[in-house]
Amino acid sequence: MSVRGRIWLFGHDINTDLIMPGRYLDNYDPAHLAQHAMEGANKKFASGVRKGDIVVSGKNFGCGSSREQAVTALKHSGVSAVIAESFARIFYRNAINLGLPVVVSPTAHAVFGDGDIAMLDVDALVLGSSDGAKSAPLEPIPSHVKTILGMGGLVPYVKAKLAAKEA
Amino acid sequence: MTVDGRTASEKILSRASGMLKARAGDIVEAGPDLVMSHENTYLVNRSFSEFGLPRPWDPDKVVVVLDHRTPANNAQTAAVHASIRKLVTKYGVGRFFDSGEGICHQLLVEERLARPGQLILGTDSHTTTEGAVGAFATGIGATEMAGVWATGSLWLKIPKTVLVNLSGHLMKGTCAKDVALSLAKIIGPSGADYRCMEFVGTLVADLPMASRMVLCNMAVEMGAKAAMVSPDIVTKEWFRGYGEDALTVVASDEDAEFERRVESDVSRMPPIVSGPHKVEEAKSVDKFEGVRIDQAFIGTCTNGRLEDLLAAARILKGRKVAQGCRLIVAPASRRVLTDAIDHGAVQTITQAGGVVLTPGCGPCMGAHGGVLGPGEVCISTSNRNFPGRMGSEEAEIYLASPMTVAASAVAGKIADPRRMLE
Ligand code: SF4
Repeated sequence: MSVRGRIWLFGHDINTDLIMPGRYLDNYDPAHLAQHAMEGANKKFASGVRKGDIVVSGKNFGCGSSREQAVTALKHSGVSAVIAESFARIFYRNAINLGLPVVVSPTAHAVFGDGDIAMLDVDALVLGSSDGAKSAPLEPIPSHVKTILGMGGLVPYVKAKLAAKEA
Repeated sequence: MTVDGRTASEKILSRASGMLKARAGDIVEAGPDLVMSHENTYLVNRSFSEFGLPRPWDPDKVVVVLDHRTPANNAQTAAVHASIRKLVTKYGVGRFFDSGEGICHQLLVEERLARPGQLILGTDSHTTTEGAVGAFATGIGATEMAGVWATGSLWLKIPKTVLVNLSGHLMKGTCAKDVALSLAKIIGPSGADYRCMEFVGTLVADLPMASRMVLCNMAVEMGAKAAMVSPDIVTKEWFRGYGEDALTVVASDEDAEFERRVESDVSRMPPIVSGPHKVEEAKSVDKFEGVRIDQAFIGTCTNGRLEDLLAAARILKGRKVAQGCRLIVAPASRRVLTDAIDHGAVQTITQAGGVVLTPGCGPCMGAHGGVLGPGEVCISTSNRNFPGRMGSEEAEIYLASPMTVAASAVAGKIADPRRMLE
C-alpha cells in the first residue's frame, strides 16, 4: 500500500479523550464522530483533514479508553494511516480490527513537521517527504496483523474464518 | 539458561489456548471464560450482526452491563439502552445488569463472576480491575468483541510480567489510591505497556479485595495489558465470605521470569494528588493544598466501593461541604449503596451537603451527573484527569483518594485529610 498525504503531527501520550472526547459518544454515527476527531489535540484537524492524510505521533498514541470510536473517527475523517513511536495496545488492536493501518516508526515523529507532504509506502517500510528531503523507516507489520489488515479488518477476516469452517 | 518457573499470565493463557508450553512473547489463540461489554454492546452487536449468526458462541459466558450513562442522559442513550435490553433477551446472555445495578468491573468481582485463573475480556480498558481476584483480565475494542462472540476466541500475545513489590504500612490518611498514583509517577503512562503488572509484597498481603481492585484498576494508566494479585488467604477468605470454598488457584512460580521488578516502600508516603491533565503528575498533597475547587467527586470503578464511602464519611462526619463547592458521590454498585446506607455513610454524606447518584459511572467520563464547565476545577477519586474527560476541555481535574477528596470538599480547596482525622 502506498499513499500520499499531508502530515498531521502530534506529541506523546495522545489519549483517547483527546482523539474522541467522551461527551460525543452517545451518537454512534461515524460521520458525527469524524466531525470531532482529534478535537482535544488540534481544533483545526476535523475541518482541515483530507482523504489520504497521515497522522504522525510520538510515544503511546491512543492510551486511555478502549473506545473504538477513536479509530472510527480517524478513519472516517479520511486518515490513511497512523505512524507513531509506539501505540497503546487497545488502540493498536482496534485500528487493525477496523482496517486502519498503524505502523511503528521510532523516528518519524522527530523527522517530519506538521503540514509536510509525504508518501507512505507500507510495503517498502518507509515514510518519505514528497520533495525527497526527509525520510523515516517504518517497523515491519507483524504477519498475523498484516493478514487481518490485508482483508480490510476483523469483520471480513472473521467472515472468511466462519465460511472456511462451514466448507 | 531457561527457567522452569512460569508466571500466572503464562499459565492462564496456556490453559485458555491449549498451548501448554506457551511463554511470554508467544502469540496464542485463546478462548475466554467470561466476556463483558457495557453500553458499547451496541457497537459489538453492530459488527456481530454482519456475521449472520443467531447468537454469541456461548451466551452463558456473556455479561452485559448498563453503567456508563445510567439512567439514560438523553433520548439517544435511552434508545441504545432499549435496543440492548432487547438483544440480551434475544441472545439469552448469561448475565444482564440493567441501569442502576452498578459499574461493570465492580459487578464482575462483587457477583463472583470473575474468578481466579480465568481469562476475562471486557470492552473497557479498566477490565484490568478484575485481576484483583487473580484472573487475567484485559480490555479489547467492540469489533474485537464481536469476533469473540462469533468464534469464541481471539489472538493474544502472552505478556511479560512486571513485578511490583510493595512493602511497609500505610500511614494514617493514606490508602491504596495514594499508592496507585505514586506508582503512576514511578512507572509513567506507558512504562508497563503490553505488560502484566503483578502486585506482591507485605503491603499487598494485608490489603482487602477492594484495595487490590484499586491497584489493578490504575495499572492501565501505566499502559498495562493486565494486572494481578495472585490468590492468597485474603482472596480465599473473601470468596468464603460468600459461602464459596472451592477455588482453582493459579499463581506465578517464585522462579518465574519477571521482566522487571519495581520496589516501593509506602511507609512514609503522604496523601498523593495528581495535578490536572496527567495521571503521572503525582505529588504530595501539600504541593496542591489551597487550590480552589468547584466540585468534589467520589465514585468510579477506582474508588466507589464501601471502604471508600466509609473513609469519606469519617472525614465528613459532623462537617459541612464548603459554600460554593459541590460534593457528588456515585456508589460503584447497588450493593455498595445499600451497605453504605446500613453503615450510616449515606446519611453522613447527605447531611454534610453531598448528593448521592445512581450507582454507576456517574460523571467520570463527562456524560452526565456532574459535567464540568469551562474554568471549573474538580477533585475526583477517578482514574483519569485528561483534558475534557469530565466535560469542558478548559476544566481541570485533580485525582486523589476518597479521604483527600472528602477533606477538599469540606475545605472548598484541596486539603490534607490528615488534618481532619485528628
Ligand atoms: S467508572 Fe469511569 S473509568 Fe470506570 S468504567 Fe466507568 S467510565 Fe470507565
